[in-house]
Amino acid sequence: MNGVDIQADGYAIEVKRLIKSYGEHHALRGIDLSVKWGDILAIFGPNGAGKTTLLKVLATLVKPSAGDVSVAGFNLKQDAIMIRRRIGVVTHQTLLYDDLSAYENLRFYGKMYDVSNLRDRINHLVAQVGLESRIHDPVRTLSRGMQQRLAIARALIHDPPVLLLDEPGTGLDQHASAMFATILNSAANKQRAVLMTSHSLEQGAALSSRVAIMADGKIAYEGSKQLDIGNLREVYYQCTGVKD
Amino acid sequence: MYRSEGLKGSADKILTIVWKDIKSEIRTKEIATSLVAFALLVIIVVSFALEPGENTSTIAAGILWVAFTFAGVLGLSRSFVLEKDKGCLQGLMLCPVDRSLLYLGKMLSILVFMLVVEAIIVPVFIVLFNQHGFPPQLLVIVPLATIGFAAVGTLFSAMAVNTRARDVMMPLLFLPIAAPVIIAAIKSTGLVLSGESWGAIASWLGVMAAFDVIFLAVSPLVFEFVIEE
Repeated sequence: MNGVDIQADGYAIEVKRLIKSYGEHHALRGIDLSVKWGDILAIFGPNGAGKTTLLKVLATLVKPSAGDVSVAGFNLKQDAIMIRRRIGVVTHQTLLYDDLSAYENLRFYGKMYDVSNLRDRINHLVAQVGLESRIHDPVRTLSRGMQQRLAIARALIHDPPVLLLDEPGTGLDQHASAMFATILNSAANKQRAVLMTSHSLEQGAALSSRVAIMADGKIAYEGSKQLDIGNLREVYYQCTGVKD
Repeated sequence: MYRSEGLKGSADKILTIVWKDIKSEIRTKEIATSLVAFALLVIIVVSFALEPGENTSTIAAGILWVAFTFAGVLGLSRSFVLEKDKGCLQGLMLCPVDRSLLYLGKMLSILVFMLVVEAIIVPVFIVLFNQHGFPPQLLVIVPLATIGFAAVGTLFSAMAVNTRARDVMMPLLFLPIAAPVIIAAIKSTGLVLSGESWGAIASWLGVMAAFDVIFLAVSPLVFEFVIEE
C-alpha cells in the first residue's frame, strides 16, 4: 500500500464537532463521525444536506471553519499532504483530462503520487475496471460509464488505505456496478476504510457495513446496517422529511 | 515545498504538469492557435493604420505588447478553464504535493505557450513594421516580460476561475497588477526599435527583473489560498 501502514487499533477517519460555514450559510453544523479500518460507511441525505462538503473537507479540498478532523491518523490542519497521499477520491466529476488517453491520465496521476512500478500498476487497474481494449483511446471517446470506471482506477492508482466516494455509482451500468462492488469488498477485506455518499438507499445500504443519514448539515442518524431497507426508508424520512 | 519533496521530486512534479499541459495542447492546439491568431490579427490590422517610419517605434512597441497582453489573457483564461472542466483542478489539488508546485507547473506551461506564440509573432511584427533588422535586445526583453506576465497571470487566472464572471474578472484583476511589467516591456521595446543601445534599456530591464523576482517569490506562497474554494 505504498508504504502506508494501517493502524488496526485507531480510526481511519475521526471527525469531532466539524463546522463549515460559507459566510452566513452553515453547510456543516457540528459533525461527529468516525470510521474504523475495514468499515464501509454510506452516508445518505437529500441535496444540500452537506454530504459533498463533508467529503471535500475530508479530502483536504475545503478547510473547516472549526472542529478536529483526522484521516489515516493524520491531522487535517497539520498534515494535509500526508492525508492526500492516503486517500483515493471519486467525485461527481471524473477528474480526467479529455484530450489525454486513459493510460496517459493514469500515468499523470501515478507520477504525481510517486507510484512505483507504474506501468504494471496501470495495467493491473485497467484490467480490474475492464478497460484494456480502450487504454490508449482519448478519454473523450469513452462512454460516461467507462469514464467513471477510469475515474475509479484513477482514485486507486496509489493504492490508498482510505477511499472517499461521492456518488460513485453515477453513470455506472450493471456490469460496472458489480465490478465496483467487488472493488469495495476487496478494499474492506484489506482493512481499508471507505466513506461513500449515495442518493440511493438501496444501492448504498447494499454496499456498506454502516449507514448514516445527514440532514441540514448534521448527522441525524448513524448505525450499523441492522435495519432492513423498509425501516431505513422510514428512518430516512423521519430524519430528512424527504421520501427516498 | 522543497522540504517535503526534495528538489528533484519537486522538479519531477512540476515537469509532469508541464508535460501533461503540452501533450494536451499538441492534441487540441486550442490555446496556441487562438493566441497566435489573435496576436497576428491585432498586428496586421494595426499595421495598415500606421505609416512605417522612425517616429512609430514606441507606438509599434505598444501594439506588439497589446497583442501579447490580450493574447496572453486569452491563453491564461483557457488554461485554467480546461483544468476546471471535469474537475481536473480538484484532481490536481488532491495530489500529495505542495500547492506551490502546482502553481509552478501551471506557470511554466503558460510561459512555454506564450514564448512559442511570441517566437512566431515577433518576426511577423518586424517584417510588417519595417524595422531595420532584428534587435537582439528583444531576446532578453520578451522572455523577461513574459516571465513576469506568466507569474502574475497564473495566480490571477487561478483566482478568477472560481468566480462566476471569470472572463471579465481575469483581465480586471490581472492587468492593473501586471501594468509595471507591460509598461517596462513597451518602453524598452520602443527604445530598441529606435536603435538605442543596451545601456538605454538597462533601467527597464531592471524593473522587469525585479517584478519577476517579486512575483515568482510571492505567487507560489499565496497560490494555496487563491485556489481553495
